[in-house]
Amino acid sequence: MRRYLWPAVGFGLAAALPFVITGSYRHNIMALMLVYAIAAVGLNLLVGIAGQISMGHGAFMLIGGYTSAILTLKAGLPLWLSIPAAGVAAALVGFVLGLPALRLHGHFLALATLSFGVAIPQIAMKWGSVTGGAMGLSPKGFASDRIAYWTVLGVLALLVWVADNLLRSRPGRALRAVRDSEVVALSMGISLVWAKTSIFALSAFFAGVAGALGTHLAGFINPTDYNMLISFQLLATVVVGGLGSIPGSIAGAVLVTFLPFAFSRSKGWASTIEGLAIIGIVIFLPYGLASLVQKLRGVRRRAAS
Amino acid sequence: MTDFLQYVIGGLAAGSLYALAAMGLTLIYKTSEVVNFANGEMAMLSTFAAYLLLTRFQAPYWVAFLGAMAFAALLGILLERFFMRPVQKANHLNQIMLTLGIFMLLNGTVSVYVYEPRAFPRPVQGTPYEIGGLFVSPDSVLIFAIATALMLGLYLFFKHTLAGIALRATAQNLITSRLMGVPAGRVYAITWAFAAMLGGVAGMLIAPTTGLDPNFMGDVAIKAFAGAILGGLGSLPGAVAGGLLLGVLENLIVGYISTDLKAVFAFSLILLVLVIRPQGIMGAPVRRRV
Repeated sequence: MRRYLWPAVGFGLAAALPFVITGSYRHNIMALMLVYAIAAVGLNLLVGIAGQISMGHGAFMLIGGYTSAILTLKAGLPLWLSIPAAGVAAALVGFVLGLPALRLHGHFLALATLSFGVAIPQIAMKWGSVTGGAMGLSPKGFASDRIAYWTVLGVLALLVWVADNLLRSRPGRALRAVRDSEVVALSMGISLVWAKTSIFALSAFFAGVAGALGTHLAGFINPTDYNMLISFQLLATVVVGGLGSIPGSIAGAVLVTFLPFAFSRSKGWASTIEGLAIIGIVIFLPYGLASLVQKLRGVRRRAAS
Repeated sequence: MTDFLQYVIGGLAAGSLYALAAMGLTLIYKTSEVVNFANGEMAMLSTFAAYLLLTRFQAPYWVAFLGAMAFAALLGILLERFFMRPVQKANHLNQIMLTLGIFMLLNGTVSVYVYEPRAFPRPVQGTPYEIGGLFVSPDSVLIFAIATALMLGLYLFFKHTLAGIALRATAQNLITSRLMGVPAGRVYAITWAFAAMLGGVAGMLIAPTTGLDPNFMGDVAIKAFAGAILGGLGSLPGAVAGGLLLGVLENLIVGYISTDLKAVFAFSLILLVLVIRPQGIMGAPVRRRV
């Protein structure tokens, strides 16, 4: 049970946060941070655990967002049903994208997923009869921003639990084996086809759910909401936070989402600082912020002994 | 038939620009096996350097052009020396992240100062020539000529100069070339300088059509990836052929099928080539070491 202690404390404190930090606008930003945290945790499973790469994860958020918007607007589905449905829709697309990924590695996989991430928003823009084109869609939002925050927090807690269980189980170990050496994984009897397609699908599920939550949080979605830059930012979040570290991804998402607001919503400065942060971390701290915590712990232990 | 030729001519002009940017990508990939995702943004910054020279200092076009080239070379050398060199031996993901970091740094910094597209002058003005019922604008003739000249120049450089041979040697085998006395650091610096200059030329030639803003190279950068992959990542003649072919195919699709398809064409092409024939038209088969 000890492994639930710190996460429970963390999520408990986070749930109490709206009573300390008040105001609808702030709750909206806080919920947005957690939306990106969900997507980042999902991407981290793909990149950090399975060693694959996706430079187009924003497209899965877009697919999830549109699925939920269309289901609630046109089919009259309630939110609690349309959000998991959005995840499933994104997962199906992720599964299909995982098929070519079987043959691609490193830079080539990066290029393929990048082109996917660029193409999906363009398709959404052209397919106006379904997506509303550049005008977008305005689905129902949450009752209040505080309820939105708690909803997103609840979903994040649930999905973190799923991700953590995956890491500790047989499929999680199989995925790590695939990351470290495909040949070894194959000789241990791990099916590469199964491993790669299913982790693409699961990672896309996370992104789809995040996209749906983000869409209802804003009460609006259009094709530029989850573009190439969002995909890059998600990848940056995962690398800055630390590959393979769930708390790292959450912390990274909070930081990266907060940056533009710290610069009075100037996307330019935020992007500049993110760029510098990525470069600095890749050069000086290749295992991300999460490794900093471990390093400090090591220093303290050495000092104590 | 006239229609067809007209589409091909238009496609070749666009394709030469893709080819220029694709050559920059290929040069870097060839020597260091890094796909430079900041290729387009480096070109964007160099074009802004030319724009500053043209507007602030009222420089004539050719001075601005040369100035931008010098700036691009310096930019390439600095980025390689201070950012790429430390991750030369890192894994793919970290290399990708580093070029993405450069992308965000350059794009973000320019976005702070530039909000709306600026007009950028064409290198030549004038009415289109008419040859046998076909219209060719002097602009696209110049673009094609510049692109061809640069491609030929690079070919001769690689084939016949000592520096070119050193570059090829580094691409083939880093350790052996070092043992033969090739200064690998300088080779990487030259590669990045060349790549940045090629991108800069493409940027200055395309800016009059798209307008100059922080994201104006985004589309061309994706097309350059598609062109480079189509030709076979790592092959310079392949990058040229791939870029030109992409430009022509794209224009034919717009002309005969639909404009809507243009947006997803480059994407489908990247995916299709990677899945069916990852080595492209002219690349060597991809071999992986265990």
